[in-house]
Amino acid sequence: MQHNTMPFFPDSASTIAPEIDGLMIAELLFSVFFSVLIFAIVVYFALKYKRKSEDDRPVHIHGSLVLEIAWSLIPFIMILGFFVVGTRVFFRAYTVEAANTMEIFVTGKQWMWKIQHPEGPREINEMHLPVNRQVKFTMIAEDVIHSYFIPAFRLKKDVIPGRYTSFVVTPTKVGKYHLFCAEYCGTQHSGMVGSVYVMEESDYEKWVAGGDESMTARGEALFGQYGCSTCHLPNGKGRGPSLIGVYNSMQKLQTGGSVKADESYLRESILNPRAKVVEGFQAVMPTFQGQISEEGLLQVIAYIKSLEKEEGQ
Amino acid sequence: MSAYVETPDAASKVNYLTNGWTWQSWLLTGDHKRIAMLYLISITVFFALGGAFAAAIRLELMTPRGDLMEAETYNKVFTMHGVIMIFFFLIPSVPATLGNFLIPLMVGAKDLAFPKINLLSWYLYIIGGILGLYVAVSGGVDTGWTFYTPYSSTYSNSAVIATAMGAFVAGFSSILTGLNFIVTIHKMRAPGLTWGRLPLFVWAHYATSLIQLLGTPVVAITLVLMMLERGFRIGFFDPALGGDPVLFQHLFWFYSHPAVYIMILPGMGVISEIVTCYSKKSVFGYEFIAGSSLAIAILGFFVWGHHMFVAGQSTYAGMVFSLITFAVAVPSAVKVFNWAATMYKGSISWDTPMLYAMGFMGLFTIGGVTGVMLATMALDLHMHDTYFVVAHFHYVMVGGMVMAFMGGLHFWWSKMTGRSYPEMAGRVSAFLVFIGFNLTFFPQFIVGYLGMPRRYHAYPDEFQVYHVMSTAGAGVLGIGYLLPAIYFTYSLFAGKRVTDPNPVNAKGLEWTVPTPPPTENFIVPPVVTEEVYAYAEQEEKSLV
Repeated sequence: MQHNTMPFFPDSASTIAPEIDGLMIAELLFSVFFSVLIFAIVVYFALKYKRKSEDDRPVHIHGSLVLEIAWSLIPFIMILGFFVVGTRVFFRAYTVEAANTMEIFVTGKQWMWKIQHPEGPREINEMHLPVNRQVKFTMIAEDVIHSYFIPAFRLKKDVIPGRYTSFVVTPTKVGKYHLFCAEYCGTQHSGMVGSVYVMEESDYEKWVAGGDESMTARGEALFGQYGCSTCHLPNGKGRGPSLIGVYNSMQKLQTGGSVKADESYLRESILNPRAKVVEGFQAVMPTFQGQISEEGLLQVIAYIKSLEKEEGQ
Repeated sequence: MSAYVETPDAASKVNYLTNGWTWQSWLLTGDHKRIAMLYLISITVFFALGGAFAAAIRLELMTPRGDLMEAETYNKVFTMHGVIMIFFFLIPSVPATLGNFLIPLMVGAKDLAFPKINLLSWYLYIIGGILGLYVAVSGGVDTGWTFYTPYSSTYSNSAVIATAMGAFVAGFSSILTGLNFIVTIHKMRAPGLTWGRLPLFVWAHYATSLIQLLGTPVVAITLVLMMLERGFRIGFFDPALGGDPVLFQHLFWFYSHPAVYIMILPGMGVISEIVTCYSKKSVFGYEFIAGSSLAIAILGFFVWGHHMFVAGQSTYAGMVFSLITFAVAVPSAVKVFNWAATMYKGSISWDTPMLYAMGFMGLFTIGGVTGVMLATMALDLHMHDTYFVVAHFHYVMVGGMVMAFMGGLHFWWSKMTGRSYPEMAGRVSAFLVFIGFNLTFFPQFIVGYLGMPRRYHAYPDEFQVYHVMSTAGAGVLGIGYLLPAIYFTYSLFAGKRVTDPNPVNAKGLEWTVPTPPPTENFIVPPVVTEEVYAYAEQEEKSLV
């Protein structure tokens, strides 16, 4: 990242960044056009029709329907174009496109970012990513609302306590970039910053292999440690339902209706087990609220997600 | 311009200012004009305080390191700046001073419909303000003026409840003022003053009052819920107590976005009056300017979600909010185009109020077009919560509303006080404010796009050049505001006396009463026989 004394555009390092910059330039031209137009008209009229004497006879015009319609509709139609393009680009920040999309798990707390890679490495206020590969971020806060903001990617998303939020991005340029917290979160808000390192794919593979246990392995350990495995037997004969293949499946509920067992449902069922009890089971599971960290929850969920592939056949 | 006549015996004639000299005659008055002056003094104090906090912010941000004050202090300083400027300056500014003073005069009434409720509004405002001041001197509050949960309800260690109480109480002042205006405008118009003849200033205040009445209760109850959660751990917003933190944002912005229009609509009303008078012309597109005020008031209630595009709100809900936000830009643009068209072939005076009005048109336009940028969801991904947003709303609030307030104050100053201000000093201040304002806030658009987040006490080195420009501009802006504070104060006590009921040759009932007006406003109840802004008819008469 070259240090420019008076930069005008931030680094551009994601597939979405040039699209956002392009839209920005289009709207900038539109804005400059209308601002200059108004300035020019006001200054021109002020000069040309400047009061010369108290006996000036202004020409009285009460209005013009044609003009009113023109200056309502023409700018509105122009900005509708911005609406359409802007909405399409926005949706791209939430659409998983590639089959090899990798995942990163972010936990925000006052005042640091904790990043977990599924393969194992964990980082604080630093994030390493491979270039040209789509990444899906799953994020949650432990305390207050934060916002994960990487200006070079032109992306941010609030990180909220009690629920997962996510976005996807594909980095395009190797380099070191700013990572900011964009939602005011207390005393050291402006210290909740870090760096994003975008690396060549091969460098990243080497880097990520240097980590320790994978998230799944950690999750499995927690699964035993918290005693989950004593009830959630793989054969389905325990006091709780079998969790094999449960991820992303539809579960029938005791109260009628059904729910998709996604990350949010799994998290809720660990912290507040009585909220949505699966049909055929008693609400006997104790809550784990306050006993397991958000990072630990992400690991247990990673383990539950893995149960499909490894033992499901 | 007609001559200001020096009449030493003018003071002996009883007007609203000379009708009683005791403290009680001011503090227990029911006269809308005296209450307006009470408000004017109080909001000036709060503006100066809020400005002092702004100066502290700008000084801190001159260097990338947080070296002037602790992070915690900085957070309290920007919070106090926001709380004071929004709840105790911008929201009451034009309605409570100029609106209070002028609406009864403009509609030909003796007073507002409920003079005692009007006085109550001022007391509620003062109680809220004292709570705010108490917080400022007793340790401060660090939540930002937005009070986002669960930070405010659970994590902050500062005087959150006292501050929220202050905003809550001041909210009732705003509701009661709105109620008073609506009833007055409906029921107390002079014979012949049809809705189609109402000055645009009155239309703008009518639209504002609707928002005050319908929106403010929502933020009041939201703040109560937040205080209950903080004080009694009753879960509404904190997920640890089973609440939803984003729900707070929905409730908060349901009021606080329309509140932006509470702040700007009265300013637009001021501009309509100034542009017509100083162009000596009837307004271009009366129905469209009046109608656009109502359109803004209504549409303004359906755009709150644009504060939450990246806050975990459904993307489809975001789409709808984005579209309606684009739509609300149209009535705002219509107003600007109509004002510009009003100047066409006019006889344009370059006096201070008109300079402020021209500044308003330019700066409000920039505030508006950058609002369109932020309404574009994809751009908001990047620019949300950066200095781009800071620059945008200061263009609307300071470049728009404060310019309009200053313009209006100069325009009606002689009517309100019976004194004149030095014209040349006024022009210099308008010029300084315009230059200083742009130098302060334009660089913030650039540094915002570069990624500088809001509410940062320290920042990366490459942003410094823009912050230095901004701080320099703030110095110029400060002088621009100090100048009127000095000459208005001077004028109030020693300015040249004005007794001409209509020193600026303006149309409107407020210019038919003596300067300064008598307590009962109209000695003979007025009857309106001519159309609004009948500047053409004025010429006919002057020819006779």
